[in-house]
Amino acid sequence: MAMSNRPIYMDNQATTPVDPRVLEAMLPYFGERFVNAASRNHQFGWDAEEAVDNARKQVAALINAHPKEIVFTSGATESDNLALKGVAEMYGQKGDHIITCVTEHKAIIDSAKHLEKQGVRVTFLPVERNGLIDLDDLERAITDKTILISIMTANNEVGVVQDIREIGRIARERGVLFHTDAVQAVGKIPFDVQAMNVDIASLSAHKMYGPKGVGALYVRRRNPRVLLTPIIDGGGHERGMRSGTLNVPGIVGFGRAAELSMNELEDESRRLGALRDRLLARLREKLDEIYINGDMERRIPGNLNISFAYVEGESLLMGIDDVAVSSGSACTSASLEPSYVLKALGVGEDLAHTSIRFGLGRFNTEDEVDYVADKVTGTVQRLRELSPLYEMVKEGIDLSTVNWTAD
Amino acid sequence: MAYSDKVVDHYNNPRNVGSLDKGQDDVGTGLVGAPECGDVMKLQIQVDDRSGVIEDAKFKTFGCGSAIASSSLATEWVKGKTVDEALEIKNTDIVKELSLPPVKIHCSVLAEDAIKAAISDWKAKHPAEASAETAG
Repeated sequence: MAMSNRPIYMDNQATTPVDPRVLEAMLPYFGERFVNAASRNHQFGWDAEEAVDNARKQVAALINAHPKEIVFTSGATESDNLALKGVAEMYGQKGDHIITCVTEHKAIIDSAKHLEKQGVRVTFLPVERNGLIDLDDLERAITDKTILISIMTANNEVGVVQDIREIGRIARERGVLFHTDAVQAVGKIPFDVQAMNVDIASLSAHKMYGPKGVGALYVRRRNPRVLLTPIIDGGGHERGMRSGTLNVPGIVGFGRAAELSMNELEDESRRLGALRDRLLARLREKLDEIYINGDMERRIPGNLNISFAYVEGESLLMGIDDVAVSSGSACTSASLEPSYVLKALGVGEDLAHTSIRFGLGRFNTEDEVDYVADKVTGTVQRLRELSPLYEMVKEGIDLSTVNWTAD
Repeated sequence: MAYSDKVVDHYNNPRNVGSLDKGQDDVGTGLVGAPECGDVMKLQIQVDDRSGVIEDAKFKTFGCGSAIASSSLATEWVKGKTVDEALEIKNTDIVKELSLPPVKIHCSVLAEDAIKAAISDWKAKHPAEASAETAG
């Protein structure tokens, strides 16, 4: 097995590799099919438009939407920006209050903060220890000035899945638009904008084995009809909501990726869930004091976020350098702050520094899972031998009683 | 982030890992940092009472690779030095030796603090020697 010389990629919540079948679909559009999909006066343009329309159908089908409700963007960050800023500006007369949550992706949090500076009031709902919002908190936060609720479907760090159906029901009942950043969920778990009463949803191609640089915003056309003020002005593409020449190869790839995810969702989620459980079981076999971050039941199948107490995350990553995973440790982030998501879950900073996110995906195998589990186990054991904290705990010292010197 | 070869070497083969008996009279223990900050270093020295020479040093560190390397290097450097010589070790020397990037400078600061803390613990156990050395 060539495992020792080929690194193992297990960071599929960060991005996913492009499926070879997706690449195959895209290639002609870099070559002979190069044309602008908005060129409506010749055969070349019609072909490109047809390819885009086909992709639009494929993406729409995955979330049970109408193709006309899909607005292609440059990615989910743009989609999130368009959703929040577009609603705030379009519905500014109706109200000035938005509700979101503390564990959202930065694209939502920072868009909301941008709006706050412009006078929009934003409620950031807290989450419970398991990562889920309290629906009573949500109900209480809604006022007659609330124009948007934006709650992510699945979290990118801990993988927990919010009760989108219930949130959608509440939003519909109270006459508030509901946006969800569904990037980590779509293609991984069933997601149906009709059944869930979702009005706006952000999607990304590269989290579902498609290319980077392409995303979409689902914008409901009926009951209610949602209108957004564009954040990019220009030629009026995408029903006027997103100007700019369409990324035809990217969109074709996105469509194919959506189609594959839809066809394979059931088998894949079962397989990834089993791999995830196998990984956890194998880690637990030999390691004590490992803690799962986020709800284990309401979770996308490919995610496992674990704190390995007394072992700092970056040093653990260094010991498993042929495995690509990510850490919530401050040392791995530019900000030198540990993960704000884990903090919001009430995970202490000491444990946040020891967290690792395993992101299993379509191309991970059972052999890889076993290899990673064993490698992590060995490294954690070695680093615990090196850890003064582990030693102190084994001596019976309660770390919370120690008078630490903050640096 | 790419680590320097020396950091990788200390991480893979840390020198002087372990613990000395902190209750022993000739052992000084420094425990610096905090779990919430992601770095805790325990550095211990065993000092010859007569010469003031550090005969042995051990460490354990919870922290990133650079923190582990900084403390591992610190134990190497203090061994064979007198306590006063060891006090001369500066964090910038560690930064230079390990080629630490700016975001990892705090690791070297912590290692220097750990040396100082261990020495001051030892001195607290030996008021006479400590003052004699300062005088000498």
